[in-house]
Amino acid sequence: MRVVVGIKRVIDYAAKIRVKPDGSGVDTANVKMSMNPFCEIAVEEAVRLKEKGLAKEVIAVSMGPQASQDTIRTALAMGADRGVHVLTDAKLQPLSIAKLFKSIVQREDPKIVLLGKQAIDDDCNQTGQMLAAIMDWSQGTFASQVAVADCQERVSVTREVDGGLETLSLKLPAVITTDLRLNEPRYATLPNIMKAKKKKIEKLTPEELGVDVSSQIEVLSVREPQARVGGKVLESVDELVDKLKNEAGVL
Amino acid sequence: MSARGSVASLARRCLATTARPVVRGDFSEITAGDLETFTSILGDPKHVVTDADDLLPFNRDWMNKYEGKSRLALRPKTTEEVSRIMRHCSERNLAVVPQGGNTGLVGGSVPVFDEVVVSMARMDEIRSIDPLAGVMVCQAGCILQHLDETLAREGLMMPLDLGAKGSCHIGGNISTNAGGIRYLRYGSLHGSVLGLEVVLASGEILDVLKPLRKDTTGYDLKQLFIGAEGTLGLVTAAAIHCPPRPKAKNATFLSCDSFPRVLETFRRAKADLGEILSAFEFLDKESLDLATRTFADVKNPLEGSSDGFYVLIETSGSDEAHDAEKLQSFLESSLEAGAITNGAVAQDVTQFRAFWRVREGVPEALNTHGAMYKYDLSVPQAQMYDLVEETRDRVGGMAYTVGYGHLGDGNLHLNCVADAYSDELSSRIEPFVYERTAELGGSVSAEHGLGQMKASCIGYTKSDSAVEMMKLVKRTFDPKGILNPYKVLPSSN
Repeated sequence: MRVVVGIKRVIDYAAKIRVKPDGSGVDTANVKMSMNPFCEIAVEEAVRLKEKGLAKEVIAVSMGPQASQDTIRTALAMGADRGVHVLTDAKLQPLSIAKLFKSIVQREDPKIVLLGKQAIDDDCNQTGQMLAAIMDWSQGTFASQVAVADCQERVSVTREVDGGLETLSLKLPAVITTDLRLNEPRYATLPNIMKAKKKKIEKLTPEELGVDVSSQIEVLSVREPQARVGGKVLESVDELVDKLKNEAGVL
Repeated sequence: MSARGSVASLARRCLATTARPVVRGDFSEITAGDLETFTSILGDPKHVVTDADDLLPFNRDWMNKYEGKSRLALRPKTTEEVSRIMRHCSERNLAVVPQGGNTGLVGGSVPVFDEVVVSMARMDEIRSIDPLAGVMVCQAGCILQHLDETLAREGLMMPLDLGAKGSCHIGGNISTNAGGIRYLRYGSLHGSVLGLEVVLASGEILDVLKPLRKDTTGYDLKQLFIGAEGTLGLVTAAAIHCPPRPKAKNATFLSCDSFPRVLETFRRAKADLGEILSAFEFLDKESLDLATRTFADVKNPLEGSSDGFYVLIETSGSDEAHDAEKLQSFLESSLEAGAITNGAVAQDVTQFRAFWRVREGVPEALNTHGAMYKYDLSVPQAQMYDLVEETRDRVGGMAYTVGYGHLGDGNLHLNCVADAYSDELSSRIEPFVYERTAELGGSVSAEHGLGQMKASCIGYTKSDSAVEMMKLVKRTFDPKGILNPYKVLPSSN
């Protein structure tokens, strides 16, 4: 079976975020960009399916500007077989992305689409669910374990939910979104990095896929959370009570 | 008389790890009157520490190997207070130990007897940052990591970095001439310290703090204090030249199947990476295994590798794409030539930090053992690993021997760990390690300093006449010998 993995290029998880002075968005100039951590986990899971002999081809798909190519290369260095880059400078939202994925799924005919549960820049957590809905596919989100049945007609997905762990049995084809504890992604090592250079990345545009990616949502403003005020060490219970009463106003 | 080959001329064997019989100097003892004076100098009794439990962190070193018996620790806030403290100590003939972050590895920062600890912890102000000149002036008690984070906001960085950065003070770094992991790129503190403010044993304040890049007027006094380990004066403020913060950083973790291959990789790295090379660290399999089995968060990036040697290379530059391309082509040609057998390239900052965590995990893992024989040596790179293997053979099953370090600087960290110290184990390691280093024309302390651990070992690296000149300097700056006694230089017997 073929597996499609979606990957997003985002501001590096460890980078310090700064809001643009005009409040129109986050400053991305000169900031380190990397693969979304949940997407990394999705790529790792897909490559493991291939190593187990359950998937015969893993296709890494990314949508965004020219630089998204770097992220696809990383996925190829981790073991994906080929890449698809939907080139667009438009600000994409989950519904548009889901529609683009639907077009790609129609071209590639995978049995499983693996996505990160959410991107760390917008934290939407919508693409996987929307994609499954518009394709009328099963979905297993927040996966902490994925087990494809030997018959390759069903997949068992264990989900991390508020109450604990929920295990679903899904009929394939299915959309699965990955959560943190699903696996630990491998490092890109030299032999694979070199092989990756020869792997193909196909370039497409939203127009070619027949999808209108104009924004349905307008971001009005972005601001940083309120700065934390330093704590104070108090000398006595009386002082604490006094501050709670007269400064914090909670007593 | 040269130290090379004339090891037999040493008057005493240097037994750095077992307690040497040191005799307390003729210093005065603290009286109630002294406490009153210090309290009035510092203004608040809470800065005059006398409680035995509160004194424990001042008396004990990071490795839990050395413990002093000080009954008094002082915490001044200003240079003026330090000056008044020293004036009083000089008058009263009280011995003093200047203390920074207390992360030293040779017992140089803790008292041996009841010396008064002068802690610089409250002297943590940054006085100024000049982003254009790249100069920062700060008090000696500033923590290295904090300085680096503050400089980051101005697009600058500290010219040194080491594992202890979350706790060590810049004053301590300067007093030990700390090297660290970026020495290869940014050089020695002898070059990056532009000026110092020092309080001398008499209490006099020596101001050579002018933050000028070039100043050739008279003798460069500040150089004496860099690496003097607090024995010539107390560093109270420093002017540091801070390089621009790199826009792009990359790291790669490599495996080599022999030490000559590690050296070959280093030659190639210097040639192919050139100006973007910012760190070249090596670790043997024994170091890596120790770190990975001690800490759950330390993982071998090249899982399943059975090679004997690993190298961590870091690059720093101004263009991400340019650096990545250079690094990739260096790696491919090294792989093709057989210099390396494999390598992982960090794809994001988290992976970059994970690679460094491996390297930093080694000394931390070593420190979890009951006995840690720690050697910090400068030896010719070609012979570096021979020394590790020879030591490992001598020690056999009595201890676990590892070799790692700043290969780029010719600095080996050789360690043997066991559950407990023993005379038998000590005798197998010392004086062999020092003698062998002397034979190779190396240094018995590349960057850690001499402290109390190696206070009688200087003869392995410096000639008798050089040591005599040092003693002359010491007598000039500290005639009463009250600054950090029992350390660095051998006692005159």
